[in-house]
Amino acid sequence: MIALLVRDLRIATRAGGGFGLGLAFFLILVVLVPLGVGPEADRLAPIAPGILWVGALLACLLSLDRIFALDYEDGSLDILATAPVPLEAVVALKALAHWITTGLPLTLAAPVLGVLMHLPREGYAWLVLSLAVGTPALSMIGAFGAALTVGLRRGGLLLSLLVLPLYVPTLIYGTEVVRRGAEGLATATPLLLLGGITAGAAGLLPFAAAAALRVNLR
Amino acid sequence: MASSMWEYANPTRFMQVSGRLLPWVAGAALVVTAAGLIWGFFFTPDDFRQGATVKIVFVHVPAAMMAINAWVMMLVASLIWIVRRHHVSALAAKAAAPVGVTMTAIALISGGIWGQPMWGTWWAWDPRLTAFLILFLFYLGYMALWAALDDPDTAADLTGVLCLVGSVFALMSRYAVNFWSQGLHQGASLSVQPGERMDIVFRMPLYVSMTGFGLIFVALVLIGVRTEIRARRMRALVMRERMA
Repeated sequence: MIALLVRDLRIATRAGGGFGLGLAFFLILVVLVPLGVGPEADRLAPIAPGILWVGALLACLLSLDRIFALDYEDGSLDILATAPVPLEAVVALKALAHWITTGLPLTLAAPVLGVLMHLPREGYAWLVLSLAVGTPALSMIGAFGAALTVGLRRGGLLLSLLVLPLYVPTLIYGTEVVRRGAEGLATATPLLLLGGITAGAAGLLPFAAAAALRVNLR
Repeated sequence: MASSMWEYANPTRFMQVSGRLLPWVAGAALVVTAAGLIWGFFFTPDDFRQGATVKIVFVHVPAAMMAINAWVMMLVASLIWIVRRHHVSALAAKAAAPVGVTMTAIALISGGIWGQPMWGTWWAWDPRLTAFLILFLFYLGYMALWAALDDPDTAADLTGVLCLVGSVFALMSRYAVNFWSQGLHQGASLSVQPGERMDIVFRMPLYVSMTGFGLIFVALVLIGVRTEIRARRMRALVMRERMA
Protein backbone atom coordinates (compact mmCIF):
# COMPACT_ATOMS: atom_id res chain seq x y z
CA MET A 1 0.00 0.00 0.00
CA ILE A 2 2.85 2.34 0.80
CA ALA A 3 4.51 1.22 -2.43
CA LEU A 4 1.38 2.27 -4.29
CA LEU A 5 1.40 5.68 -2.63
CA VAL A 6 5.09 6.19 -3.40
CA ARG A 7 4.51 5.10 -7.00
CA ASP A 8 1.66 7.60 -7.46
CA LEU A 9 3.69 10.39 -5.90
CA ARG A 10 6.62 9.59 -8.17
CA ILE A 11 4.48 9.60 -11.30
CA ALA A 12 2.92 12.90 -10.30
CA THR A 13 6.22 14.66 -9.55
CA ARG A 14 8.19 13.44 -12.57
CA ALA A 15 8.20 15.36 -15.84
CA GLY A 16 4.81 15.45 -17.52
CA GLY A 17 3.07 14.55 -14.30
CA GLY A 18 1.42 17.93 -14.05
CA PHE A 19 2.91 18.67 -10.62
CA GLY A 20 3.13 22.41 -10.04
CA LEU A 21 0.53 23.11 -12.71
CA GLY A 22 -2.14 23.55 -10.06
CA LEU A 23 0.11 25.88 -8.09
CA ALA A 24 0.82 28.01 -11.17
CA PHE A 25 -2.90 28.15 -11.90
CA PHE A 26 -3.61 29.25 -8.32
CA LEU A 27 -1.02 32.03 -8.67
CA ILE A 28 -2.42 33.22 -12.03
CA LEU A 29 -5.95 33.29 -10.68
CA VAL A 30 -4.93 35.40 -7.68
CA VAL A 31 -3.04 37.76 -10.01
CA LEU A 32 -6.02 38.10 -12.33
CA VAL A 33 -8.53 39.01 -9.64
CA PRO A 34 -6.95 42.36 -8.62
CA LEU A 35 -6.52 43.15 -12.32
CA GLY A 36 -10.24 42.61 -12.69
CA VAL A 37 -11.65 44.28 -9.57
CA GLY A 38 -9.01 46.94 -8.88
CA PRO A 39 -5.94 47.16 -6.65
CA GLU A 40 -7.39 48.96 -3.57
CA ALA A 41 -6.64 47.08 -0.36
CA ASP A 42 -10.03 47.86 1.16
CA ARG A 43 -11.69 46.26 -1.85
CA LEU A 44 -9.48 43.17 -2.00
CA ALA A 45 -9.33 42.39 1.71
CA PRO A 46 -13.03 41.49 2.16
CA ILE A 47 -13.05 39.15 -0.83
CA ALA A 48 -9.62 37.63 -0.12
CA PRO A 49 -10.89 34.55 1.81
CA GLY A 50 -13.38 33.70 -0.92
CA ILE A 51 -10.98 34.23 -3.81
CA LEU A 52 -8.25 32.18 -2.14
CA TRP A 53 -10.64 29.32 -1.44
CA VAL A 54 -12.21 29.37 -4.91
CA GLY A 55 -8.72 29.51 -6.41
CA ALA A 56 -7.56 26.51 -4.39
CA LEU A 57 -10.71 24.64 -5.37
CA LEU A 58 -10.28 25.30 -9.09
CA ALA A 59 -6.57 24.48 -8.96
CA CYS A 60 -7.48 21.20 -7.30
CA LEU A 61 -10.04 20.49 -10.02
CA LEU A 62 -7.42 20.89 -12.72
CA SER A 63 -5.54 17.69 -11.94
CA LEU A 64 -8.47 15.47 -10.94
CA ASP A 65 -8.80 13.58 -14.21
CA ARG A 66 -5.22 12.33 -13.78
CA ILE A 67 -6.11 10.40 -10.64
CA PHE A 68 -7.30 7.35 -12.56
CA ALA A 69 -7.00 8.19 -16.27
CA LEU A 70 -3.40 7.09 -16.83
CA ASP A 71 -3.81 3.86 -14.89
CA TYR A 72 -7.04 3.18 -16.74
CA GLU A 73 -5.46 3.68 -20.15
CA ASP A 74 -2.42 1.46 -19.62
CA GLY A 75 -4.38 -1.24 -17.84
CA SER A 76 -2.73 -1.00 -14.43
CA LEU A 77 -6.10 -0.15 -12.91
CA ASP A 78 -7.34 -3.64 -13.88
CA ILE A 79 -4.37 -5.12 -12.06
CA LEU A 80 -5.01 -2.92 -9.02
CA ALA A 81 -8.66 -3.97 -9.04
CA THR A 82 -7.72 -7.65 -8.81
CA ALA A 83 -4.87 -7.07 -6.35
CA PRO A 84 -5.16 -8.29 -2.75
CA VAL A 85 -5.52 -4.66 -1.59
CA PRO A 86 -9.22 -3.73 -1.66
CA LEU A 87 -10.14 -1.27 -4.40
CA GLU A 88 -11.56 1.07 -1.74
CA ALA A 89 -8.09 1.37 -0.22
CA VAL A 90 -6.57 1.97 -3.66
CA VAL A 91 -9.04 4.83 -4.19
CA ALA A 92 -8.29 6.34 -0.80
CA LEU A 93 -4.54 6.09 -1.42
CA LYS A 94 -4.83 7.70 -4.83
CA ALA A 95 -6.89 10.52 -3.31
CA LEU A 96 -4.20 10.91 -0.65
CA ALA A 97 -1.49 11.04 -3.33
CA HIS A 98 -3.53 13.68 -5.15
CA TRP A 99 -3.82 15.69 -1.94
CA ILE A 100 -0.08 15.50 -1.24
CA THR A 101 0.71 16.72 -4.75
CA THR A 102 -1.97 19.44 -5.00
CA GLY A 103 -3.85 20.19 -1.76
CA LEU A 104 -0.76 20.31 0.44
CA PRO A 105 1.29 22.62 -1.84
CA LEU A 106 -1.76 24.86 -2.26
CA THR A 107 -2.14 25.05 1.51
CA LEU A 108 1.50 25.99 1.93
CA ALA A 109 1.44 28.55 -0.90
CA ALA A 110 -1.83 30.17 0.20
CA PRO A 111 -0.32 32.61 2.79
CA VAL A 112 2.00 34.07 0.14
CA LEU A 113 -0.95 34.65 -2.15
CA GLY A 114 -2.85 36.02 0.84
CA VAL A 115 -0.31 38.86 0.91
CA LEU A 116 -1.16 39.65 -2.71
CA MET A 117 -4.83 39.76 -1.76
CA HIS A 118 -4.27 41.98 1.31
CA LEU A 119 -5.71 39.37 3.62
CA PRO A 120 -5.95 40.86 7.16
CA ARG A 121 -3.18 39.68 9.47
CA GLU A 122 -5.50 37.67 11.73
CA GLY A 123 -6.63 35.58 8.73
CA TYR A 124 -3.38 33.78 7.80
CA ALA A 125 -3.41 31.08 10.44
CA TRP A 126 -7.07 30.35 9.73
CA LEU A 127 -6.43 30.28 5.97
CA VAL A 128 -3.74 27.64 6.34
CA LEU A 129 -5.73 25.70 8.92
CA SER A 130 -8.96 25.73 6.90
CA LEU A 131 -7.18 24.65 3.71
CA ALA A 132 -5.31 21.92 5.57
CA VAL A 133 -8.59 20.62 6.98
CA GLY A 134 -10.68 21.16 3.86
CA THR A 135 -8.52 20.26 0.85
CA PRO A 136 -8.43 16.51 1.66
CA ALA A 137 -12.21 16.54 1.16
CA LEU A 138 -11.69 18.22 -2.22
CA SER A 139 -9.30 15.46 -3.29
CA MET A 140 -11.59 12.71 -2.05
CA ILE A 141 -14.73 14.15 -3.69
CA GLY A 142 -12.68 14.70 -6.83
CA ALA A 143 -11.50 11.10 -6.81
CA PHE A 144 -15.15 10.04 -6.75
CA GLY A 145 -15.89 12.27 -9.76
CA ALA A 146 -12.82 10.94 -11.55
CA ALA A 147 -13.96 7.37 -10.89
CA LEU A 148 -17.34 8.15 -12.46
CA THR A 149 -15.88 9.64 -15.63
CA VAL A 150 -12.77 7.49 -16.09
CA GLY A 151 -14.26 5.53 -18.99
CA LEU A 152 -15.11 8.62 -21.01
CA ARG A 153 -12.77 9.95 -23.65
CA ARG A 154 -13.63 13.61 -23.12
CA GLY A 155 -14.57 13.44 -19.48
CA GLY A 156 -12.77 16.58 -18.33
CA LEU A 157 -15.58 19.06 -18.74
CA LEU A 158 -18.20 16.64 -17.47
CA LEU A 159 -15.98 15.96 -14.46
CA SER A 160 -16.06 19.65 -13.48
CA LEU A 161 -19.83 19.77 -13.93
CA LEU A 162 -20.21 16.75 -11.64
CA VAL A 163 -17.65 17.71 -9.02
CA LEU A 164 -18.18 21.45 -8.57
CA PRO A 165 -21.71 21.18 -7.08
CA LEU A 166 -20.33 18.60 -4.65
CA TYR A 167 -17.72 21.15 -3.54
CA VAL A 168 -20.34 23.66 -2.37
CA PRO A 169 -20.49 22.77 1.36
CA THR A 170 -16.69 22.51 1.64
CA LEU A 171 -16.27 25.92 0.03
CA ILE A 172 -18.90 27.56 2.23
CA TYR A 173 -17.44 26.31 5.50
CA GLY A 174 -13.85 26.85 4.33
CA THR A 175 -14.34 30.52 3.45
CA GLU A 176 -16.44 31.04 6.54
CA VAL A 177 -13.53 29.92 8.75
CA VAL A 178 -11.17 32.42 7.10
CA ARG A 179 -13.71 35.24 7.01
CA ARG A 180 -14.58 34.85 10.69
CA GLY A 181 -10.92 34.40 11.57
CA ALA A 182 -9.94 37.57 9.71
CA GLU A 183 -12.66 39.50 11.53
CA GLY A 184 -11.64 38.07 14.87
CA LEU A 185 -14.83 36.06 15.43
CA ALA A 186 -15.19 32.52 16.77
CA THR A 187 -14.31 29.96 14.10
CA ALA A 188 -15.00 26.68 15.91
CA THR A 189 -18.39 25.96 14.29
CA PRO A 190 -17.43 26.20 10.60
CA LEU A 191 -14.07 24.58 11.28
CA LEU A 192 -15.70 21.58 12.94
CA LEU A 193 -18.25 21.29 10.12
CA LEU A 194 -15.42 21.45 7.59
CA GLY A 195 -13.59 18.71 9.47
CA GLY A 196 -16.81 16.71 9.51
CA ILE A 197 -17.07 16.91 5.73
CA THR A 198 -13.47 15.77 5.33
CA ALA A 199 -13.94 12.90 7.77
CA GLY A 200 -17.22 11.87 6.15
CA ALA A 201 -15.78 12.08 2.64
CA ALA A 202 -12.70 10.08 3.60
CA GLY A 203 -14.78 7.45 5.36
CA LEU A 204 -17.61 6.95 2.87
CA LEU A 205 -16.63 8.16 -0.59
CA PRO A 206 -13.94 5.48 -1.22
CA PHE A 207 -16.79 2.96 -1.26
CA ALA A 208 -18.81 4.96 -3.78
CA ALA A 209 -15.74 5.66 -5.92
CA ALA A 210 -14.68 1.99 -5.86
CA ALA A 211 -18.21 0.97 -6.89
CA ALA A 212 -18.05 3.40 -9.81
CA LEU A 213 -14.61 2.10 -10.82
CA ARG A 214 -15.85 -1.50 -10.78
CA VAL A 215 -18.69 -0.52 -13.12
CA ASN A 216 -16.23 1.21 -15.44
CA LEU A 217 -13.85 -1.77 -15.45
CA ARG A 218 -16.65 -4.24 -16.22
CA MET B 1 -54.40 -7.71 -9.50
CA ALA B 2 -50.66 -8.04 -9.15
CA SER B 3 -49.50 -10.20 -6.27
CA SER B 4 -46.49 -7.96 -5.65
CA MET B 5 -45.46 -4.48 -6.71
CA TRP B 6 -42.30 -5.93 -8.26
CA GLU B 7 -44.42 -7.48 -11.00
CA TYR B 8 -44.57 -4.04 -12.62
CA ALA B 9 -40.79 -4.12 -12.91
CA ASN B 10 -41.30 -6.43 -15.88
CA PRO B 11 -41.16 -4.07 -18.90
CA THR B 12 -43.97 -5.88 -20.75
CA ARG B 13 -46.23 -5.78 -17.72
CA PHE B 14 -45.24 -2.15 -17.13
CA MET B 15 -46.09 -1.21 -20.72
CA GLN B 16 -49.53 -2.86 -20.42
CA VAL B 17 -50.44 -1.21 -17.14
CA SER B 18 -48.90 2.19 -17.86
CA GLY B 19 -50.54 2.25 -21.30
CA ARG B 20 -53.92 1.80 -19.67
CA LEU B 21 -53.17 4.31 -16.87
CA LEU B 22 -51.53 7.04 -18.89
CA PRO B 23 -54.61 8.64 -20.52
CA TRP B 24 -56.32 8.83 -17.12
CA VAL B 25 -53.30 10.26 -15.33
CA ALA B 26 -52.63 12.77 -18.10
CA GLY B 27 -56.29 13.78 -18.24
CA ALA B 28 -56.49 14.14 -14.47
CA ALA B 29 -53.24 16.19 -14.51
CA LEU B 30 -54.74 18.57 -17.03
CA VAL B 31 -58.07 18.95 -15.23
CA VAL B 32 -56.67 19.26 -11.70
CA THR B 33 -53.89 21.71 -12.65
CA ALA B 34 -56.32 23.83 -14.66
CA ALA B 35 -58.79 23.77 -11.76
CA GLY B 36 -56.11 24.73 -9.22
CA LEU B 37 -54.69 27.55 -11.34
CA ILE B 38 -58.07 28.99 -12.39
CA TRP B 39 -59.35 28.80 -8.81
CA GLY B 40 -56.16 30.39 -7.57
CA PHE B 41 -55.89 33.11 -10.20
CA PHE B 42 -59.52 34.24 -10.47
CA PHE B 43 -61.41 33.15 -7.38
CA THR B 44 -59.15 34.17 -4.53
CA PRO B 45 -58.99 37.67 -3.06
CA ASP B 46 -55.88 39.83 -3.50
CA ASP B 47 -53.51 39.86 -0.58
CA PHE B 48 -53.80 43.11 1.38
CA ARG B 49 -50.11 43.85 1.07
CA GLN B 50 -48.92 41.88 -1.95
CA GLY B 51 -51.92 42.56 -4.17
CA ALA B 52 -52.40 40.24 -7.14
CA THR B 53 -48.72 39.19 -7.25
CA VAL B 54 -49.45 36.74 -4.44
CA LYS B 55 -51.12 34.52 -7.03
CA ILE B 56 -47.74 33.43 -8.40
CA VAL B 57 -47.73 31.19 -5.34
CA PHE B 58 -50.02 28.76 -7.19
CA VAL B 59 -47.27 28.09 -9.75
CA HIS B 60 -44.18 28.79 -7.66
CA VAL B 61 -44.82 26.54 -4.67
CA PRO B 62 -46.05 23.44 -6.57
CA ALA B 63 -43.10 23.69 -8.99
CA ALA B 64 -40.63 24.06 -6.14
CA MET B 65 -42.22 21.12 -4.32
CA MET B 66 -42.03 18.89 -7.40
CA ALA B 67 -38.43 19.96 -8.06
CA ILE B 68 -37.48 18.43 -4.71
CA ASN B 69 -39.87 15.49 -4.95
CA ALA B 70 -38.52 14.56 -8.39
CA TRP B 71 -35.03 14.30 -6.92
CA VAL B 72 -36.30 12.16 -4.04
CA MET B 73 -38.08 9.93 -6.53
CA MET B 74 -34.85 9.63 -8.54
CA LEU B 75 -33.05 8.67 -5.34
CA VAL B 76 -35.58 5.93 -4.53
CA ALA B 77 -35.58 4.65 -8.13
CA SER B 78 -31.76 4.62 -8.20
CA LEU B 79 -31.68 2.66 -4.95
CA ILE B 80 -34.15 0.12 -6.34
CA TRP B 81 -32.03 -0.21 -9.48
CA ILE B 82 -28.82 -0.68 -7.51
CA VAL B 83 -30.36 -3.22 -5.13
CA ARG B 84 -32.82 -5.14 -7.33
CA ARG B 85 -31.61 -4.33 -10.86
CA HIS B 86 -35.02 -3.65 -12.38
CA HIS B 87 -34.49 -1.76 -15.64
CA VAL B 88 -37.81 0.07 -15.40
CA SER B 89 -36.59 1.63 -12.16
CA ALA B 90 -33.41 2.99 -13.74
CA LEU B 91 -35.43 4.33 -16.64
CA ALA B 92 -37.86 6.01 -14.25
CA ALA B 93 -34.93 7.80 -12.59
CA LYS B 94 -33.68 8.85 -16.01
CA ALA B 95 -37.13 10.09 -17.07
CA ALA B 96 -37.64 12.05 -13.84
CA ALA B 97 -34.52 14.20 -14.26
CA PRO B 98 -35.66 16.41 -17.19
CA VAL B 99 -39.01 16.96 -15.49
CA GLY B 100 -37.26 17.81 -12.23
CA VAL B 101 -34.86 20.25 -13.84
CA THR B 102 -37.78 21.98 -15.61
CA MET B 103 -39.66 22.29 -12.32
CA THR B 104 -36.53 23.76 -10.73
CA ALA B 105 -36.27 26.27 -13.56
CA ILE B 106 -39.96 27.17 -13.24
CA ALA B 107 -39.55 27.67 -9.50
CA LEU B 108 -36.49 29.89 -10.00
CA ILE B 109 -38.03 31.97 -12.80
CA SER B 110 -41.45 32.38 -11.18
CA GLY B 111 -39.63 33.26 -7.96
CA GLY B 112 -37.71 36.00 -9.79
CA ILE B 113 -40.91 37.38 -11.30
CA TRP B 114 -42.47 37.39 -7.84
CA GLY B 115 -39.39 38.74 -6.13
CA GLN B 116 -39.05 41.74 -8.42
CA PRO B 117 -42.15 43.61 -7.14
CA MET B 118 -42.02 42.18 -3.60
CA TRP B 119 -38.34 42.27 -2.61
CA GLY B 120 -37.31 44.77 -5.31
CA THR B 121 -34.89 42.35 -6.94
CA TRP B 122 -34.97 39.51 -9.47
CA TRP B 123 -32.32 37.59 -7.67
CA ALA B 124 -30.88 37.57 -4.18
CA TRP B 125 -28.40 35.15 -2.64
CA ASP B 126 -31.06 33.99 -0.27
CA PRO B 127 -30.45 30.46 1.11
CA ARG B 128 -33.49 28.94 -0.56
CA LEU B 129 -32.75 30.53 -3.93
CA THR B 130 -29.14 29.48 -3.71
CA ALA B 131 -30.07 25.94 -2.70
CA PHE B 132 -32.38 25.73 -5.69
CA LEU B 133 -29.71 26.98 -8.04
CA ILE B 134 -27.38 24.32 -6.65
CA LEU B 135 -30.11 21.71 -7.08
CA PHE B 136 -30.40 22.87 -10.70
CA LEU B 137 -26.65 22.22 -11.14
CA PHE B 138 -27.00 18.76 -9.59
CA TYR B 139 -29.74 17.95 -12.10
CA LEU B 140 -27.56 19.19 -14.98
CA GLY B 141 -24.63 17.02 -13.88
CA TYR B 142 -26.87 13.98 -13.46
CA MET B 143 -28.39 14.40 -16.93
CA ALA B 144 -25.01 15.11 -18.51
CA LEU B 145 -23.64 11.85 -17.08
CA TRP B 146 -26.62 9.91 -18.53
CA ALA B 147 -26.02 11.55 -21.91
CA ALA B 148 -22.28 10.93 -21.90
CA LEU B 149 -22.36 7.16 -21.39
CA ASP B 150 -23.26 4.87 -24.29
CA ASP B 151 -23.83 1.57 -22.54
CA PRO B 152 -27.27 1.78 -20.83
CA ASP B 153 -26.38 -0.46 -17.88
CA THR B 154 -23.12 1.35 -17.15
CA ALA B 155 -24.97 4.65 -17.40
CA ALA B 156 -27.69 3.44 -15.03
CA ASP B 157 -25.10 2.20 -12.50
CA LEU B 158 -22.94 5.31 -12.55
CA THR B 159 -25.83 7.77 -12.46
CA GLY B 160 -27.32 5.73 -9.63
CA VAL B 161 -24.15 6.09 -7.57
CA LEU B 162 -23.99 9.79 -8.46
CA CYS B 163 -27.61 10.25 -7.36
CA LEU B 164 -26.90 8.63 -3.97
CA VAL B 165 -23.77 10.68 -3.32
CA GLY B 166 -25.35 13.80 -4.84
CA SER B 167 -28.36 13.52 -2.53
CA VAL B 168 -26.14 13.62 0.53
CA PHE B 169 -24.23 16.63 -0.79
CA ALA B 170 -27.38 18.40 -1.98
CA LEU B 171 -28.81 18.08 1.53
CA MET B 172 -25.54 19.28 3.06
CA SER B 173 -25.50 22.24 0.67
CA ARG B 174 -29.06 23.08 1.68
CA TYR B 175 -28.00 23.51 5.31
CA ALA B 176 -24.61 24.99 4.46
CA VAL B 177 -26.21 27.91 2.59
CA ASN B 178 -28.44 28.55 5.62
CA PHE B 179 -25.28 29.02 7.57
CA TRP B 180 -23.81 31.28 4.93
CA SER B 181 -26.54 33.87 4.44
CA GLN B 182 -29.67 35.14 6.11
CA GLY B 183 -32.78 34.74 4.03
CA LEU B 184 -35.60 36.81 2.63
CA HIS B 185 -38.06 33.92 2.48
CA GLN B 186 -40.74 33.59 5.12
CA GLY B 187 -40.96 30.53 7.37
CA ALA B 188 -43.20 27.57 6.60
CA SER B 189 -46.38 28.67 4.84
CA LEU B 190 -48.05 25.26 4.93
CA SER B 191 -47.10 24.39 8.49
CA VAL B 192 -49.57 22.21 10.37
CA GLN B 193 -49.47 24.76 13.20
CA PRO B 194 -52.53 27.00 12.87
CA GLY B 195 -51.69 30.68 12.97
CA GLU B 196 -48.40 30.46 11.08
CA ARG B 197 -49.83 29.29 7.81
CA MET B 198 -51.68 30.96 4.97
CA ASP B 199 -55.40 31.47 5.10
CA ILE B 200 -57.66 28.62 4.00
CA VAL B 201 -58.88 30.65 0.96
CA PHE B 202 -55.36 30.47 -0.46
CA ARG B 203 -54.46 27.05 0.88
CA MET B 204 -57.27 25.09 -0.76
CA PRO B 205 -56.49 26.09 -4.39
CA LEU B 206 -52.79 25.69 -3.58
CA TYR B 207 -53.36 22.07 -2.51
CA VAL B 208 -55.32 21.47 -5.73
CA SER B 209 -52.54 23.00 -7.81
CA MET B 210 -49.91 20.92 -5.99
CA THR B 211 -51.88 17.75 -6.72
CA GLY B 212 -52.09 18.83 -10.37
CA PHE B 213 -48.32 19.37 -10.61
CA GLY B 214 -47.77 15.97 -9.01
CA LEU B 215 -50.01 14.34 -11.60
CA ILE B 216 -48.21 16.19 -14.41
CA PHE B 217 -44.95 14.79 -13.08
CA VAL B 218 -46.30 11.23 -12.96
CA ALA B 219 -47.72 11.51 -16.48
CA LEU B 220 -44.46 12.88 -17.91
CA VAL B 221 -42.37 10.22 -16.19
CA LEU B 222 -44.67 7.49 -17.51
CA ILE B 223 -44.35 8.90 -21.04
CA GLY B 224 -40.57 9.15 -20.65
CA VAL B 225 -40.21 5.54 -19.44
CA ARG B 226 -42.50 4.23 -22.16
CA THR B 227 -40.53 6.09 -24.85
CA GLU B 228 -37.27 4.75 -23.48
CA ILE B 229 -38.55 1.15 -23.39
CA ARG B 230 -39.72 1.47 -27.00
CA ALA B 231 -36.39 3.00 -28.02
CA ARG B 232 -34.56 0.07 -26.42
CA ARG B 233 -36.79 -2.46 -28.12
CA MET B 234 -36.12 -0.77 -31.42
CA ARG B 235 -32.40 -0.83 -30.78
CA ALA B 236 -32.61 -4.53 -29.96
CA LEU B 237 -34.52 -5.16 -33.22
CA VAL B 238 -31.95 -3.24 -35.24
CA MET B 239 -29.15 -5.24 -33.61
CA ARG B 240 -30.94 -8.50 -34.38
CA GLU B 241 -31.41 -7.44 -38.01
CA ARG B 242 -27.72 -6.69 -38.29
CA MET B 243 -26.75 -10.04 -36.80
CA ALA B 244 -28.99 -11.96 -39.20
